[in-house]
Amino acid sequence: MADIRNNFVGIKSPNPFWLASAPPTDKAYNVERAYAAGWGGVVWKTLGEEGPPVVNVNGPRYGAIWGADRRLLGLNNIELITDRPLQINLQEMKAVKKKWRDRALIASIMVPCEEEAWKAILPLVEETEADGIELNFGCPHGMSERGMGAAVGQVPEYVEMVVRWCKQYTRMPVITKLTPNVTDIRRPARAAKNGGTDAVSLINTINSITGVDLDTGSPMPSIDGKGTHGGYCGPAVKPIALNMVAEIARDAETYGLPISGIGGVTTWRDAAEFLMLGAGNVQVCTAAMTYGFKIVQEMITGLEAWMDEKGYATLDDFRGKAVPNVTDWQYLNLNYIAKAHIDQDACIKCGRCHIACEDTSHQAITNMVNGVRHFEVIEEECVACNLCVDVCPVENCITMVEKQPGDIDKRTGKVVSADYANWTTHPNNPMAKVAAE
Amino acid sequence: MGRLEPGIHSGRLSPAEYDKNFSELHPVFSDHEALVASDRCYFCYDAPCMTACPTSIDVPLFIRQISTGNAIGAAKTIFDQNIMGGMCARVCPTETLCEQACVRNTAEERPVEIGRLQRYATDKAMNAGKQFYTRLNSNGKSVGVVGAGPAGLAAAHRLAMHGFNVMVYDHREKAGGLNEYGIATYKATDDIAQKEADYILSIGGIDVLDGEMLGRDFSLADLRSRHDAVFLGIGLGGVNALTVEGTHEFGVVDAVEFIANLRQAETKSDVPVGRRVVVIGGGMTAVDAAVQAKLLGAEEVTMCYRRGQEHMNASLFEQELAASKGVLIRHWLAPKAVLSHGGHVTGITMAYTHLENGLLKETGHTIDIACDQILTAIGQTLDIAGLDTIKVEKGKIVIDEEGKTSVAGVWAGGDCATGGEDLTVSAVAMGRDAAMSIIKALA
Repeated sequence: MADIRNNFVGIKSPNPFWLASAPPTDKAYNVERAYAAGWGGVVWKTLGEEGPPVVNVNGPRYGAIWGADRRLLGLNNIELITDRPLQINLQEMKAVKKKWRDRALIASIMVPCEEEAWKAILPLVEETEADGIELNFGCPHGMSERGMGAAVGQVPEYVEMVVRWCKQYTRMPVITKLTPNVTDIRRPARAAKNGGTDAVSLINTINSITGVDLDTGSPMPSIDGKGTHGGYCGPAVKPIALNMVAEIARDAETYGLPISGIGGVTTWRDAAEFLMLGAGNVQVCTAAMTYGFKIVQEMITGLEAWMDEKGYATLDDFRGKAVPNVTDWQYLNLNYIAKAHIDQDACIKCGRCHIACEDTSHQAITNMVNGVRHFEVIEEECVACNLCVDVCPVENCITMVEKQPGDIDKRTGKVVSADYANWTTHPNNPMAKVAAE
Repeated sequence: MGRLEPGIHSGRLSPAEYDKNFSELHPVFSDHEALVASDRCYFCYDAPCMTACPTSIDVPLFIRQISTGNAIGAAKTIFDQNIMGGMCARVCPTETLCEQACVRNTAEERPVEIGRLQRYATDKAMNAGKQFYTRLNSNGKSVGVVGAGPAGLAAAHRLAMHGFNVMVYDHREKAGGLNEYGIATYKATDDIAQKEADYILSIGGIDVLDGEMLGRDFSLADLRSRHDAVFLGIGLGGVNALTVEGTHEFGVVDAVEFIANLRQAETKSDVPVGRRVVVIGGGMTAVDAAVQAKLLGAEEVTMCYRRGQEHMNASLFEQELAASKGVLIRHWLAPKAVLSHGGHVTGITMAYTHLENGLLKETGHTIDIACDQILTAIGQTLDIAGLDTIKVEKGKIVIDEEGKTSVAGVWAGGDCATGGEDLTVSAVAMGRDAAMSIIKALA
């Protein structure tokens, strides 16, 4: 039986599934329900400095986009950090941690970008016996207008400075949560590392407007006819998050820096993907907000079953396995040739592969053969773009079949080579490196 | 009257039971149901459902329009091809047409519910009184249409759109043809046939003369002299009679008439039905009669068909519907003699049949089935009165691909003509296409 216990920068939890700092982790009631449901860790909803708590809007905080059957694909929110008094949160955290010793409890913090503010709050948090802190440098809405959240995360120098203060004033492990609303995620990650962070977590939410009310002309979510950009999350953002995690995992300067992966984790499979791309664990929010805390049971059992099937005994056995395979386009093997293949027994003859290819790609799929509705790949035209696979409604009906060395690529008429060759040496590349004589 | 009263009587059920039995078979989708159902459509290329539809409705497009909240646009997509899309959504045997062709069957054996989605969209538009078509200015040309059924009304609508003055003749009191008189009550509730006829006629330029019968009140020659072109959508006005002993006894009823009377009855509890009923036939009419006899409170309804299940014209869906309502369907039984006492039906002797070298033969064995009422549904026939010299083959008016008959200036379509499928939807297609041919010919 696979052992999915997690040790992330010294913080132990029975599984790698943490709830991200967000509405589901705002108070003891929710957090205890989450632990009872099986969550390995919780990052408590972000604490602000002592004093009058922040206030939230009293209208919609969330907007969404949906797929078929109203399946929630993307969620955005304009909720701010916790709007409960700091002392209440601290008392509850302490009580909860005492009761749930085997679970991870992390305090998320966002205070003004001043040394005194951080110096003041860190001992209070340490008092709760929380396992670590996460610096909220990510929230893109509201708090960023006040110079916090993403306003810090977007300036690498600030990131480094605040991390340094935190490392100076607390013994707790520091996880720096990054905003994706930057052009190059490696720069704040490097800054956090330079500041001495123990880990980074990403991604926070993405600036977004989920829609426009066509009757009122208001962006959504709409507050009294007006809207503002909120933070986007959920399944729709997973590809963006995976890429950013991979960029940090493979960057020479941040290589080996522990990463807590966040962004659209909805199933065990998503979690395994983040781990393979180098994440040490994952944080989840939207999936819980969509389906409730019970979904962690699917994640735990699914991950265990897959690890058993693959013979992975611990998370470390496959963690980071995909990192060496993330490369630059210029290093992709241009001699690799594949062709789409349609399994005629699985084909339901919807014709979507044909029309996608015919109208928008390479005219490489038939729609009629000998007067009969029939969809088949024309290898002479197929560039293996994968669009047909992507639009086919039946899983594994269309697959990409690799051509073997010695086969003829019917499109080019050339023999498939066994040799690896990439753009850096390609004759069409004016910058091609010529091998030394 | 009690429900077990022998003989043929009305009022076998409580008012609540009548209401329940004659309410709609499939209520219209709610908005949510329509969204969920429409999400299942794959928007196929060259969609098989569209090919399977006799009127070639662009099914993927209208379903996508529903899924994006544009039910009115969906209705226009439907009506562009089939102005009776509302009735067809209720009565089409979708399980052998569009839904049979749905690619979802291949992987899941459960098609997209095309018929119910069509109903949803067309109801939305009709309930909103949304009219999509306007009549061109009159071109001064006149077309006589005989029969206000699906073929006739579809032709009339298309002709009126193009500026023709249309005169529709029908011997019945109400327009709609079989939609009004021939469809099972629970498939066409809420006076839908009349609402649809009114919706179609509201385009203007169409006059309907009721009580006017071809061959009785006017001839084909009269029509040709009155109009620039004539369209015959007269349906099948006659019925095959049972040719065994005793058919004159009280209790032997033509199923077509039984269905029509039931449809027209204001109060279903006034419609008499036998305690035990035998229905002769294996088609849709037989099923409609049998099911409704059961719904009227008959204790036992037995449908007898002289061939096997695989030969029945009634679709499998209809057969299963009949079975679910408690109708017993028996095969390989042919009527032999009506049994009676004192002028009233008491039963029917049926001969067992089988195939011998491909020919239907009686085996020599018989069975008596006790009953108070016999409904005959053994086929409808073309009434040739007034058709003059028009070419008729195998009981149908011969037409070419455009709907032209052997007589110049006369077109035909629907159940009376060759090439159809005896379905509302094919009648609409034939009426529409004949109209386009007339428009071209008189241009």
